[in-house]
Amino acid sequence: MIRAAIVGGSGYTGGELARLLLGHPEVELAQVTSRANQGSYLYQVHPNLRRRSELKFVAPDQMERCDVLFLALPHGEAQRAIGHWAGLAEYIVDLSADFRLADAGLYAQWYGKSHAAPEWLERFVYGLPELNRSQLAGTKYAAGVGCNATAAILALLPLVAADLIEPGERIIVEVKVGSSEAGASGNSGSLHAERSGVVRTFSAFGHRHTAEVIQAFGLDNLSLTMSAVDLVRGALATAHVKLRTSVDQKALWRAYRQTAVENPFIRIVKEGRGIHRAPEPKILAGSNYADIGFEFDPASGYALAICAIDNLMKGAAGSAVQAMNLMLGLDEALGLDFPGLHPI
Amino acid sequence: MQSNCPECDAVITLEDGTEVNEILVCPDCSSELEVTALEPPALAPAPMEEEDWGE
Repeated sequence: MIRAAIVGGSGYTGGELARLLLGHPEVELAQVTSRANQGSYLYQVHPNLRRRSELKFVAPDQMERCDVLFLALPHGEAQRAIGHWAGLAEYIVDLSADFRLADAGLYAQWYGKSHAAPEWLERFVYGLPELNRSQLAGTKYAAGVGCNATAAILALLPLVAADLIEPGERIIVEVKVGSSEAGASGNSGSLHAERSGVVRTFSAFGHRHTAEVIQAFGLDNLSLTMSAVDLVRGALATAHVKLRTSVDQKALWRAYRQTAVENPFIRIVKEGRGIHRAPEPKILAGSNYADIGFEFDPASGYALAICAIDNLMKGAAGSAVQAMNLMLGLDEALGLDFPGLHPI
Repeated sequence: MQSNCPECDAVITLEDGTEVNEILVCPDCSSELEVTALEPPALAPAPMEEEDWGE
């Protein structure tokens, strides 16, 4: 069995990682750290894990050697101690934003400070298998993905892969996100009184995840606008994209089919009948699937490219486990077969 | 026998015994399609009932 451990396991992403790794047929979850909760059982923080594990949280300095170390620390912490963590495991998957951007200058531009370990940036592969499958299969270090970036990237992926986007035209991506994206540490904006029923645009331009989308495709004429909605889990990206004049509906279908064929967790949702005609995040809770779809307006030449994900799964822990599977030469879908719930 | 969906270009297999004027559903885009010919097979969009499906 592969021995895995989680550093920083008391947050929502850490809990989701623990759930996935405890159910993984090739992995033994050996340790989970939490300074605030050391000595407590995992299920006392993540109640869905009751009777699934008798592990207790340990302090970070009690971490022992293992095969794969998942870092689920607050942004900025992994980069300050990456040498220490790399000494404890051959493989590392860091779920923070610390190693997502390959260029230290880009990091400073988007995060407003210098990177503490710029020499490590080139060792990490951006951990979205739909972008970097072959690179992940050959690396020991993967950077976990940003959830909003994942939704935006996967919405655009079929159009970019098939070269259907009109060069130079601005791409506008709207992302609606649930509250779990903000993490398990509360703030005034996460109070029930403020969050319940919310539809609130909290970042019109300049959200940090924009940098991941730009890096993924080299599309710098692009913006992300983020809105909080009344979901716990889920992100829905809708990208407004001007297409080349030669593109028609059938070309779009061919592009989307190709993307779905190449990626086991991408499904096309574009139905002409019934009520589930377009991707929606609600049914993806707990699932690693990304549902994608599109609509095309021949009159304007614009497409609306849509992607729905569970932000804690495909947008974080699910992609991290998928990346681990690739890094270790396992079936990339191993331990990730939950299809979501309906109704929910 | 095979034909292509006129909406999304999916390959559609017509089972033995398929008749002209029969209505099929595209497995990819779920468009309703009318079989307009058999030799060679041809499909055309069938009128779909409009419905207020979302909001």
